[in-house]
Amino acid sequence: MASNGKPELGRPQSRPQISWGKWLLIGLALAYLGIVVYIPTVNVFVQAFSQGVGPFLGNFANHEFVHAIKMTVLIAALAVPMNTIFGLCAAWIVARHQFRGRALLLTILDLPFSISPVVAGLMIILLYGRQGWFGPLLQGADIQIVFAYPGMVLATAFVAMPFVAREVIPVLEELGTDQEQAAHTLGANAWQTFWRVTLPGIRWGLLYGVVLTNARSMGEFGAVSAVSGNVAGKTQTLTLFVEEAYKQYQTQASYGAAVILAGLALVSLALKALLESKTHVPRRVQF
Amino acid sequence: MGISVEQVTKSFGSFRAVDNVNLEVDSGSLVALLGPSGSGKSTLLRLIAGLEQPDEGRIYLTGKDATYQQVQDRNIGFVFQHYALFKHMTVRQNIAFGLEIRKTRPAVIKERVERLLDLVQLQGLGNRYPGQLSGGQRQRVALARALAVEPQVLLLDEPFGALDAKVRKELRAWLRRLHEEVHVTTVFVTHDQEEAMEVADHIVVMNQGKVEQVGTPAEVYDHPASPFVMSFVGPVNVLPAASTLFRDTAPQGVSAQTSVFLRPHDILVETEAGEALTPARIERLLHLGSDVQLDLLLEDGQALTVHLPRDKFSELTLDDQEIIYVKPKAARAFPGAPGSASQMNGRPHAVVF
Repeated sequence: MASNGKPELGRPQSRPQISWGKWLLIGLALAYLGIVVYIPTVNVFVQAFSQGVGPFLGNFANHEFVHAIKMTVLIAALAVPMNTIFGLCAAWIVARHQFRGRALLLTILDLPFSISPVVAGLMIILLYGRQGWFGPLLQGADIQIVFAYPGMVLATAFVAMPFVAREVIPVLEELGTDQEQAAHTLGANAWQTFWRVTLPGIRWGLLYGVVLTNARSMGEFGAVSAVSGNVAGKTQTLTLFVEEAYKQYQTQASYGAAVILAGLALVSLALKALLESKTHVPRRVQF
Repeated sequence: MGISVEQVTKSFGSFRAVDNVNLEVDSGSLVALLGPSGSGKSTLLRLIAGLEQPDEGRIYLTGKDATYQQVQDRNIGFVFQHYALFKHMTVRQNIAFGLEIRKTRPAVIKERVERLLDLVQLQGLGNRYPGQLSGGQRQRVALARALAVEPQVLLLDEPFGALDAKVRKELRAWLRRLHEEVHVTTVFVTHDQEEAMEVADHIVVMNQGKVEQVGTPAEVYDHPASPFVMSFVGPVNVLPAASTLFRDTAPQGVSAQTSVFLRPHDILVETEAGEALTPARIERLLHLGSDVQLDLLLEDGQALTVHLPRDKFSELTLDDQEIIYVKPKAARAFPGAPGSASQMNGRPHAVVF
C-alpha cells in the first residue's frame, strides 16, 4: 500500500470529491423521480386538459365513462372494508399469539404480492367460472360470479389483501400487551378493550394500511381485466376504461379517466389527513 | 381474609415459576412479596390478579373463590412496573376509564376523578397526556387509575422499579401514607429488601417458586428462617464454622463445614488484643454515609465485612492496613441440608450464638 508511493490519506482531494458526489447523487435522484413519477403524472393532466376544461367535462356525458367510475368506487367500497376487517384479524392473531404454522400464515399473507394479478384473475375463473370447480353449483343457484361484480370484488380483494395486516402487525407488536392487560384489570372485556385501547393505539398503522389498500383496489388492472370480461357500461372499471379508450384512439377520454383515478387517490389521501387531524394527540406523546 | 392462596402451582413449559404456594393476606394489610428475579413473586401476583391461570390450587379474594374468575370480573386494582397508561388518553381519561366501563354516572365520575387527582397530588395535570409526565407522576396516575374503581385488593408489580433512587424513596413513603388513608388490602412485588422493610406490614420472602418465610420486617430480619432469607434480607457475612473468628465462641452441635452467617453490624471491633478477640487486617475503608464499612482479612485468609457507626469509627481512629481485633456479637447457623431447615415445622432450628 504505502510502497506504491500514493499518499495514504488523500485529504486534500477528498473534500471537493464529496461535494461533487453529493450533487451527482441528488441530480440522479431528481432525474429518476422526474422520469418515473413527475413527468408522466404531469403529462396525464396536460393531455386531459389539452383542449380545455370543456371537453374534459364532456366526458361525464358519456354513460360508459360514468359507469366505469361507479364500478371502481363500488368495488373499492366493498373490497376495502373486507380487507380491513380480515387484515385486522390476521394481524391480531399473528402479533398476539405463538402457534404452529405462524410463519406459514405470514407467507400466505404475502402471496398476493408475489403472484401476478392476471394469474390471480385466472384462478378465480378456474374456480367460479362455468367449467370451474364451483361452476355447476353456482349455476344451479343462479349466482354469477365471474364476468360480474362479485368476481371483480374477489379479484380486487385478493390483490389488495396484504396491506392492512402488513402495516398493523409491527404496530401491534410494538404496542405490547401492557395497556390491554391494564384495561382488563379495570373491568373492560375483550370488545371494550379493543375499541377503547387497542384500536386507538394502532390507528396510524391501520389508516396507512387502509389508504394503501384503497389505492391498490382502485388501481387494479390485471386481475379485474381477467375476471370482468370488460364489457363497457357493465363490467368496466376506470382502469379498464383507460386502456380501451386509448386503444380506440379516444386519447382525450382515456386521459380524462386517468385524471379521475388520480383524483380518487387524492381524495383518499385527503380523508386520511382529515382523520389524522380529528384524532390529534400531541406528537410529543412518545414513551 | 383479604386474599387466600391455596397450594397454587404454575409452570411455564418445564419451569416451575410458582411451586405449591400457600399464602394468607389479612384484609387491609400491606404485604410485600420479596425475592430475587425468577423467584416467582411476579407470577404469584399475576395469578392473584387473574392475568395468569394456575395449573393447580385455588385463589380466594375476600372469601370468595376467584380461581376461574375472569380478570375483568375480579374488581382488583393492578399497577404495572412500566405504568401501562393509555397513551392516547389524558390523565383524567385514564383515571376515569374503569368507572366509564362500569357505566358510573358522569357526575360521580367527575367528582371521583378530582378527588383522586387530589389524593395523588396531581391537581392541575389532569389534562396532560402520559407522555408529558415524569416517571414518578406517571406511576401516581397509574395508582389513581387503579384506585378509582374502589378495588377489593390492590396489586402492584415492582411499582417503583423503573424510577430513580430519589423518586423511589419519596413514593415509598407516599404509598405507606396512602395505604393508611385508603386501607385497601395491598400486595406489592419488589426485589429490594429495603423497600419491602420500609413499606410493608408483612414480608413474604420467595425463592425458586416457594415461600421461604412470612413475617414482619423485624421477624424476617432478626429471625430469618433459612440461609436464603438471612443472606437475601440485609447484608451478611458467610464463614465456615471452622474459621478462626469462632475459635472461642464455637457453637455446640455445629460441624466445622457448616456455614455461619453474621451481620456486618453484629461484630465488635477493638484496637487492643483481648479475650476471645481475633486479629484482622483492614484491607479497605469505605464511607457509606451513616456507617463506615471495613473490609477485613482474617488470619486464616477469610474476608469479613464490618459496618461501624460513624461515631464509633471516629472514636477508634482506624487506618488502612491497621491490625484490629474482632469478635462476633451474634451469629446464626442452619445445620442440616441447606434451605430445608425452615420448610418443615415453621420455626427454623437455627442455632443462635
